[in-house]
Order: sequence, then structure tokens, then C-alpha cells
Amino acid sequence: MSETIHITINGIPVEVEENTVILDAAKRINVVIPTLCYHQDICVAGNCRVCLVEVTGQKRLAAACATPCEEGMDILTNSLKVRNCRKHIIELLLSEHHSDCTKCYKNGKCELQFLASEYKIMTQDFIELYDEKVHTIDNFSPSIVKDDSKCIRCQRCVRTCEELQGVNALSVAYKGHRMKISTFYEKSMNEVVCTNCGQCVNRCPTGALVEKNYIEEVWEAISNPDLHVVVQTAPAVRVGLGEELGYPAGNRVTGKMVSALKRLGFDAVLDTDFTADLTILEEGSELLHRLKRALLDKESNVPLPMATSCSPGWIKYIEHMYPEYLPNLSTCKSPQQMFGALLKTYYAKVRNIDPKKIVSVSVMPCTAKKFEAARPEMHGSGYRDVDYVLTTRELAIMIKQAGINFAQLEEMEFDRLMGESTGAAVIFGVTGGVTEAALRTVYEIVTGREIPFKNLVVLPIRGMEGVRMSSVKIENPLEEWKFLEGVELNYAVAHGLTNAKKAMDQIKNGSASFHFLEVMACPGGCLGGGGQPIPTNFEIRKKRAAAIYAEDLGKPIRKSHENPEVIKIYKDFLGQPLGELSHKLLHTSYQTRERS
Amino acid sequence: MIEQHLLLKRVDFIFVQDTDWEKILQKSIHRSRQELINELISSELKGRGGAGFPTGLKWKLTSEVQGNEKYVICNADEGEPGTFKDREILTRVPYKVLTAMAVCGYIVGASNGIIYLRGEYQFLEKPLNEAINEFSYFCKKINLDFTIKVFMGSGAYICGEETALFESLEGKRGEPRNKPPYPSVNGYRNKPTVINNVETLAHTYTIFKYGAKKFYDLGVQYSRGSKLFSVSGDTPKPGIYELELGMSLQDFVEEFGDGDTKAVQVGGASGFLVPRKKFSETAIGYQGKLIGISLPTGGSMMLFNSSRSMYNLLDNYLEFFREESCGQCTPCRIGCQQLLAGIKAVKKGDRPAPYLDKLLKLSETMQFTAKCGLGQSVANSFASIVENFREEMIY
Ligand SMILES: Cc1cc2nc3c(=O)[nH]c(=O)nc-3n(C[C@H](O)[C@H](O)[C@H](O)COP(=O)(O)O)c2cc1C
Ligand code: SF4
Ligand code: SF4
Ligand code: SF4
Ligand code: SF4
Ligand code: FES
Repeated sequence: MSETIHITINGIPVEVEENTVILDAAKRINVVIPTLCYHQDICVAGNCRVCLVEVTGQKRLAAACATPCEEGMDILTNSLKVRNCRKHIIELLLSEHHSDCTKCYKNGKCELQFLASEYKIMTQDFIELYDEKVHTIDNFSPSIVKDDSKCIRCQRCVRTCEELQGVNALSVAYKGHRMKISTFYEKSMNEVVCTNCGQCVNRCPTGALVEKNYIEEVWEAISNPDLHVVVQTAPAVRVGLGEELGYPAGNRVTGKMVSALKRLGFDAVLDTDFTADLTILEEGSELLHRLKRALLDKESNVPLPMATSCSPGWIKYIEHMYPEYLPNLSTCKSPQQMFGALLKTYYAKVRNIDPKKIVSVSVMPCTAKKFEAARPEMHGSGYRDVDYVLTTRELAIMIKQAGINFAQLEEMEFDRLMGESTGAAVIFGVTGGVTEAALRTVYEIVTGREIPFKNLVVLPIRGMEGVRMSSVKIENPLEEWKFLEGVELNYAVAHGLTNAKKAMDQIKNGSASFHFLEVMACPGGCLGGGGQPIPTNFEIRKKRAAAIYAEDLGKPIRKSHENPEVIKIYKDFLGQPLGELSHKLLHTSYQTRERS
Repeated sequence: MIEQHLLLKRVDFIFVQDTDWEKILQKSIHRSRQELINELISSELKGRGGAGFPTGLKWKLTSEVQGNEKYVICNADEGEPGTFKDREILTRVPYKVLTAMAVCGYIVGASNGIIYLRGEYQFLEKPLNEAINEFSYFCKKINLDFTIKVFMGSGAYICGEETALFESLEGKRGEPRNKPPYPSVNGYRNKPTVINNVETLAHTYTIFKYGAKKFYDLGVQYSRGSKLFSVSGDTPKPGIYELELGMSLQDFVEEFGDGDTKAVQVGGASGFLVPRKKFSETAIGYQGKLIGISLPTGGSMMLFNSSRSMYNLLDNYLEFFREESCGQCTPCRIGCQQLLAGIKAVKKGDRPAPYLDKLLKLSETMQFTAKCGLGQSVANSFASIVENFREEMIY
């Protein structure tokens, strides 16, 4: 039983439970207290000091994000003392900051800028401390640009990388006026153990950590009449994009997004969901193949559990941290890369277009996809399979640049030939989705019957718990799969790399009982990806997840193996799952990377 | 006998030999916890390392928290430049500190003690560990479950701040935490922790040995007992002195000054500069109009004669803070840089003299908003120097 605490905020009485911080208490009565270092997803730091409030009777101000309410507190959030101090703090931050807003990627999207604007900081009385000479911009990574001159040292990125991802690529270096956010030996982000997941980018309040953008490159390609520019969009983009364009979280804007992409001038607007369905067939077959080797052929050393491979942040993580388990990864490329490889082969052939002239663009909720597309092995088609990766945020910028009134657009359908998809592919965007989609297909392949869950909804695997495990029992399999009779197929799902580590450590210490492990590097899965709209937090992730599940329910076809375009591509082009051409185009290999 | 002529009452408790520690320890742990706490409370001993928090109350709070994992930490980080009283205590009477820690452990229910030793005091590690060995041997003999370990500090001034010290002990970067929660309920490893300065612990030994009254009879209201002072600067007799609290600065200067004392910095960089005209109205203690209310690593007394530039002094202090701030919070990290850049600009004529008033306001903001005692106390020296020696700042 927690006690009820009575306080007043700006004269208004409020009742809260014990241990409620002032910031949350104020929210209850619709009082907004400005914050910078605070973020719902990570632990409280209390270092920016903009959230300070006055507690009457106390000389010092209290940080609202870090101070629990105490009985009888009388709190003022907008007293003269608070305003004066808060202005001082903002002025101080600006004095240390490279405030060239008009040339900054975060212009119009920056929390520091908002505060400066809200408090009408019009003059700079303090001495300019920013020194152009000592700053370099780290833009060597294909995914992330780090510019320390824009950093306010709030440490959100550090806490994110440590708590959510367990990677610790970023840390605080030096003290006093030299204190900064740094990497191992101050190397480039490109050279350190960083997964490119972009969770830090998503939480950075300023322009200090941003995605490397390819907006101009894509515009250039679109404007070139000799090129055939094709775009694919990932499942999580359609449930996030709206937030950047004025919709509340949790809106699906699939049809309008397709419309907008056509208006931008792409020659074809296709769906990554198509290759998500294909992934299920390849990966599902691979799992069955491994089970067969282990259970029927009694081979030892079959790499089980088999882990998913569609999240490039996860791939880089395991390459650094658990290289001894690389054989456990499915060899399937991610849907983005399968798509790219097929675009410059199958699509080019059917549409009779010279693959040299195809520019392959993808819109992803993810910054790690930028790195993935640049991996040297991703040239299965003989060309670079995916030329440019844009995040959801970059797409929104392009839509605005093109002067498109998004809300008024008519809804359109994806183009055909690699544009058809099922509900199973849609749920790739949410944690547990790949597993659920795989089960819908694998169970049916093995038994000839639909998976025994109402509406095909595999409830036990849904939710936001960090690591989730469940199982399904195989009964009465078809002749070919008799060896699976009575087998409990155990599966585990982890999202966020801190949780992936928990699952991996189970494998490592031998306590893992699961056959299949799904890992998404980002909390919530792709819908919480580093390239998704800012802010992303727990509540927003839940809303996006609901939108994805709704899209699945509304789809006429909800099982990957029933996707007519998938059936057709195997018939006309690929042959069969795990076939020779599949191996060449749809599968890949991994490499051990250093741990530091 | 020179002593007879001295104005100030010299006390000799701290450095008096500690060879009777076995007896004191045994005697103490055969008294009830409540009795010991009451003894401490009635002595009115206040912390000698920082905010002057009543020591008896501190121990009482931790003793009342539930839990079987608790810690007693001796803060021997002694980072204040020019101060070395804690080092002297650990060198000359280490058993007093060890005994005090063990008694504290007995009272609050902790069986682990840690001495956080300033990195530069590496040479003390070995003798201290030898003393600890002997001490532990005796503890075992009398069935007292208490072990003490020495942990070498990282060399950063901020690690003397208690919560930064815990972080440092836990192997993390020394950054102060949010308060509340306070160490008494949530300290090292998030467990209830008593943390005291070396000197504070040594005083408890005196109190357990002679009783509270003998300690209480020294000093004045709110500031009882004696205190070690590190006297330095323009003085013919620099050194460490144990003096009764409550002395007036006038008396102090008459004894330690060189006849030309212009100002005294009380409490080091985070303390206050007192100009000559205020000597007689200033007393050294904890409360009310007495100054030195919060002297991190209290006890530094630095005298300046008329040949010294107060501008240079402030410049030095600000340079120190600019370097030694942990850098995490905005008002302190950037405030220190601004104050330093600001006085330089005024001195050079790049900014008009009234800019000093803007800086004074800024230092006040730092006092209200900084996360820990370091940033909060920059205003002490800044305001007292700028307000009392404004001309020296400008010309
Ligand atoms: C910046 C800073 C540095 C400090 N350094 C020390 C130190 O070196 N030694 C010390 O005993 N206390 C230091 N303190 C005070 C401690 O935080 C804490 O208050 C003290 O150890 C409590 O012990 P006491 O009650 O016995 O004084 C420092 C405080 C601050 C804000
Ligand atoms: S980070 Fe924000 S305040 Fe700084 S230049 Fe960019 S937009 Fe402006
Ligand atoms: S991209 Fe991900 S792994 Fe890399 S620093 Fe940011 S949070 Fe850490
Ligand atoms: S890089 Fe961004 S998130 Fe990290 S400390 Fe700087 S401003 Fe904060
Ligand atoms: S006041 Fe200074 S030393 Fe203390 S937490 Fe803030 S930056 Fe660090
Ligand atoms: S938001 Fe509270 S201190 Fe930064």
C-alpha cells in the first residue's frame, strides 16, 4: 500500500502516490514543466536543471524530474525566481552551443531551440564559449552524424546506449569544462562497437546526434530521367509517418504514404512487406531444415536455437559480442536486402529494365539499415542492392519539401510486382511479429492445418515484456514431418539489445530451451526504431503496435505462404525456398568483429 | 612557555595518543546503541568535512533503516588544496578512526567499513592496511563482526562529494547523484550508509572516551567542540592547529597574521573571503551570523597580506572550479566558465564594470540550481571577493 501525499502546485491542490516526482504530479493538473535531460524510457539524470521549481520555504530550487513529492509541499513552477534561473540556464546552454540554427539539421525539431524560443532568449549577454576551432564533425558512419558542438551534455544518449542497448558505445569523458560525450578512444562512430541502431539519435534533444541523411541524393536520382527509381517501404513506417505530419500517434497512413511517394516522383512504389513474406518462407524452411537435421538425422552441432536476422542492429551486435554464435543466425538477408537483390534481378527482368539504371531506395524506421545497405556483401544482384536508405523522418522532410498536403491526399495502393503483402508481413514491424508470422506458416506447412489460435492471433507472443517465451505443440503432422510429432516448439522473443543479451546469456550458459529466437534491436521492434518520429516512448510504441495489429486484421490474406506474388516468384524465378537462386540472392553470411 | 601568551584556546584532543583504542572499543560496544547515540547527540558534534550535519542524528537515521547490508565510510579524499589535516590524523592516530568506524558499525548495524583514501595519499595505504590488520585481529578476538578496507580514490576533487564518492566506489564515473534519497537510506550500492569525514570520526573517539560533556564544554552555541585548522598563506606559522570553535577572526588574525593581513579565506575555494574590516564581526563556526556555514573539507584558513591581488585569487579559484566541476550539470559546468571568462573580460576592459553585477546574479543562480555542493558554493568565494574587492576586479 502506498501512501497518498497532498501537495499544492501553483496553488492547486494535488494528491499523488508516494514517490511520485514533481514533474509527474504537475502533469496531472496539466502543468507542463520544461525538461531536457529527462526521457521516459531511461533513468533520471537531473543534470540539465531546466526543470527546476520552487518549493516554498527552501532556498534552493528542486529538479522536478528527480524530486519526489513530500507531504505538504507547496510548489511554484513559474515564480519569478524560477523564471529567472531557468532563463539563466537556457542562456548558459546557448553560450556553450554552436547556435547556427538555420544551418542545423534539427532546425524546427530541436528541444533546445523550442526552449530558447519559448523563453524568448533574444540577446546573448554571456560570453560566447563555443570555439569553432576545436570541433570536428564525425560523419564517417553511414548511419549517424555526431556533432559535439551541438551537444548539451544531457547524457540521454549515454543512458540510452547503456540501459536500453547494453552497448555502451557512448560515454562521458573528461570533467569540468572539457566534459563531453565520447566514444572509445574518441574514435569515429564508424570504428567503435556501435550497432547503428539510432536509439541515441532518437533521444537526442538537439542536433548533436542525427541520422546521416540521403535526401539530396534521392532527389537527384528522382530528377534524372534516365534512371528508374524504385522505393520500398517497411511495415513500421506506415504507422509512424503520420506523427511527423500532424497526426496523433497510432494512425495508419499507408494509402496516403503511397500517394505521397508517387507524387514525390518515384517510378514505382513497392512494399518491403512483400519480401517480409518471402523471408518467412525462407526462414521458416531454414528452421524446419535445421530441426530435421537435429531430430531426424540426429546430426550433432546443428546450430540451434536459430535466431532471426532481419534486424541489422542485432546483427552487428552479435558480430561484436557473441561471434561464436554467428552460425545460429538465420542466413536470410533482411527483407530490405532481399528486396534490393530481387529488384535488380527479378523485377528488372520482368519489367525489362536495365538493372544499371535502377536506383533502389528504401524507407525504413531504422538507421542501422543504412549501414546494412552499405555492407560489401550486399551486392547479390551484381550491383549494390539498396542504394539509399531513408528513415521515416527523412521521408517526412521530403514530403514537406515537395509541398504536399498530406492529410488531403487520396489513398492509393502499392504498385504490383513486389507490392503485394499479407497481414503476416505487416506485423514484422512489431516485436514478436516475425515469430507470429513464422508460426502461421511453419505450423501449416508441417500439419496442413491453420495454427490453432483464434483469428490467427498468437496472443502469448504479443506484448512489450522484454523477453517473452512460449511454445506450441505439434500434433498429427503430415507424413514428411512425422519426426515432429509431439514436439513442443519453443520460441523466444527479445527486443532492445539489453534484452537480447539476456536471451543470449541463456544460450551461452546452456539454460535456453527455445528452438527459435527473434531479436529486434530496438525497443518495441521496428516501430520503435531509431529512424522513427521523435519522440518515441513507451506509450507511443504501444499505440503504433495497436495500429500494426489492426492493419494485420484488416488484410484479406494473413499468411505469408498465401501471398500470390510470393507463390508466383517461386514458380517463375526462384524455384523453391532455400534453392540455388535463393541462396545467391536472399541469403548472406556474417563476420566476427572486434569487441572494442 | 609560549602557549601561555596565546590568545586562542589551543585544544589537544585529536592528536593525543590512541594506544588505548582496544579499551575504548570494548567499552563502547558493551554500551547500548541508544546510549551511544544519545551521547553523540548531546555532544552536538557536527560533521567536519562538509555541510556540518549533526553526526549523532546521521548515525541515528541509518540505525533506524531496516536492512542487513549497511556501510560505514570514512571520507579521506581530502581534496581541498592546501589541506592535509585528515592525512595527519590517519598518519598519527589511525586507530582512533578505525575504532570510531567500528563503533559506528555496531550502532547502525553495519559490518563493512571502507576508507576512501585520496589518490595522492598512496604512501598511506600500506601503514593503514597494517593498522587495519591489527585492528581486525582484535575485532575477531572480541567477536566483533566488522571489516575495513581501503579504497584508493581517483584523484578528482568531486569524488570527495559523498554521492560522487559512492559512484566512484562502485566503479563508475564520479558524478554526484540526485538527493533525495540521502546516503542514510540509500548510499553505497544503494544501501543505507554512514559517511563521515576523518576528523569527524576522530572526534567521536574523544566523545566515547571522555563523554559528551567534555566536548560540549568547548566552543559556543551551535558550534561545539574543537576543530583542526590548516593555516596557510601569509603567516609566520603555517601548520595544523586544533582550536576551539567560535573564535573571532580578529583573534585568529592577531595570532596567525603577519601584521599586514588584508583578508582571510575561510574554508578554501568554496568558502568565503573576509576582508579586514569584517574581522571583528566574524566568528568561525556553523550557525547564524557566524560564517563558514558550509565549508566543504572545512578547516582551511588562508591569510593574505596587502601584497596579494584578490583578482588573482579569484581567477585561481575559478580556474580550479572550471577544471574540477564534474561537468554534468548546466549551471556549474557552464557557470564556472562564464564567471572566469567574465572577470577576465572586465579586467581587460572588454566588458564594462556593471557586467560584474550580471555575474553576481549568475553566481546566485548557480547557488540555487546546481546539483551538488560544488556548484552551489562557487557563489561563496565569488560574491565575497567581488563584493569586497570590486576595485581590484576592475583596475
Ligand atoms: C565538491 C565537494 C567535495 C567534498 N570533498 C570532501 C572531502 O574531500 N572530504 C570530506 O570529508 N568531505 C568532503 N565533502 C563533503 C561530503 O560530501 C560529506 O558531506 C562529508 O563527507 C560528510 O561527512 P561529515 O558529516 O563528517 O562532515 C565534499 C563535498 C563537496 C560538495
Ligand atoms: S541543435 Fe538546436 S539550437 Fe542548436 S543549432 Fe541545431 S536547431 Fe539550433
Ligand atoms: S546507435 Fe545504438 S549502439 Fe550506437 S551509440 Fe547509438 S544507441 Fe549505442
Ligand atoms: S549527444 Fe545529444 S543526447 Fe547525447 S548528451 Fe549530447 S545533446 Fe544529449
Ligand atoms: S554542481 Fe558541478 S560538480 Fe556538482 S553535479 Fe553539477 S557539475 Fe557536477
Ligand atoms: S529535466 Fe530535470 S534536470 Fe534535466
